[in-house]
Amino acid sequence: MPKIDLFQDRTTVEALLRRAARLRPAAGPSCRLMEVCGTHTMAVHRSGLKSRLRDAGIDLVAGPGCPVCITPNDIHEAALGLVMERENLILSAFGDMTRVPTRRGSLQSAAPARGSSVRVVYSPRESLDLARRHPDKEVVFFGAGFETTIPAIALTARRAALEKIGNYSVLTALWLIPPPLRAILQAKDARISGFLYPGHVSAVIGPQAYEFVPREFGIPGAIAGFEPADILLGIVSILEQMAAGRPRVDNTYGRVVSPDGNPLARAAMAEILDEKDAVWRGLGRIARSGLKLREEYAAQDAERRFGLVLGEAAADPPGCRCGDVLKGIVEPPGCGLFGRACRPDLPQGPCMVSYEGACLAFYKYGRNR
Amino acid sequence: MCLGIPSKIVEIDAALKTGRVDHLGTKVAADFALLDEPRIGDWVILHAGFAISRLDDEEAKKTLDLLREVAEQDPSFLS
Ligand code: SF4
Repeated sequence: MPKIDLFQDRTTVEALLRRAARLRPAAGPSCRLMEVCGTHTMAVHRSGLKSRLRDAGIDLVAGPGCPVCITPNDIHEAALGLVMERENLILSAFGDMTRVPTRRGSLQSAAPARGSSVRVVYSPRESLDLARRHPDKEVVFFGAGFETTIPAIALTARRAALEKIGNYSVLTALWLIPPPLRAILQAKDARISGFLYPGHVSAVIGPQAYEFVPREFGIPGAIAGFEPADILLGIVSILEQMAAGRPRVDNTYGRVVSPDGNPLARAAMAEILDEKDAVWRGLGRIARSGLKLREEYAAQDAERRFGLVLGEAAADPPGCRCGDVLKGIVEPPGCGLFGRACRPDLPQGPCMVSYEGACLAFYKYGRNR
Repeated sequence: MCLGIPSKIVEIDAALKTGRVDHLGTKVAADFALLDEPRIGDWVILHAGFAISRLDDEEAKKTLDLLREVAEQDPSFLS
């Protein structure tokens, strides 16, 4: 095992916190850093870094980096419609996706049509295996994810086509990370002074995917890993950039993110998928921010295969402010339902469902400081 | 979904580019289609069943050195 103890070591973490606090005054009047990735959100709450940093005048704001949360309800409802209305269909999905509430309930609570069912999987590969094992059923994978998961999902569609597995298709909810960052900066209301970029999305797309952020917006940023010391290294780098007035894209997670990302994964994406404009929960339509299967994989595209009508974003749950949470405009306690009508055992919106959701992170760890 | 814990490759089917990794002591199926020349003993980041990155030892050492430096330069280091 590579030595990771130092990344969790208290003395190191305290030293980094003190360094961040010392750098803070030189960074300017306001310091709002968006942690783009939901796993960072969870990590900064769990480790207590969120409140420690706030005490030092460094605010961390959650971003749009949770695929379960930013997938709008029309797609969730389309998945629900498939399993409730079509017989002999297996809808497979990552666990969190099955618990998102919609007007028709959640996948977990759905009453499937005859011979149909919902199956939780960890990998799209398991989904393809289900299709192999159940040739008499349609198997649809509810494929939601960012650049970390997209290559895997795309490859299963290609394998189904190559191996002539005729009963496998994907309901795609594939989201690209750089476009919403541009949208957030253009909207200005989140007042972001720096980005903590996601570690594993960056392992695929590479640091250069964010170059437009310092170049066009003058905003600093750093790619960071997920241990407390990793996160603080990223934050210290952003503060140094702010203090020096020299914004760039730093990579503090070099052990996992190589300068060119993962070219094989990007090639798979480019060969199998096309860019499209996509509607994000909270952020609305963003140009070329989503991906869909290319024409030659139309048979593996559940949307075309079943003639699904998407794009009319179904309304968010009444009172739920997930959309504003994802843009970094409000923090979860700013939602009137937080902790009362909306709790992990009774989630009203996806941000309370997902393991990477900001509302769940606040609920679970908000009290410990 | 994005846990940062690396897994170690323990089995490879070279023809299929699949195999198994040891993830915190449990052996799990893994797909190496997105990895250049996977080798037994490599540490990788597994995501949705696919290895998406191989850990770079040199880079890990550089970061650890940097952390040690930060700790040593901290005013409280000698006190
Ligand atoms: S607390 Fe619940 S209802 Fe409010 S924004 Fe979060 S998920 Fe939505």
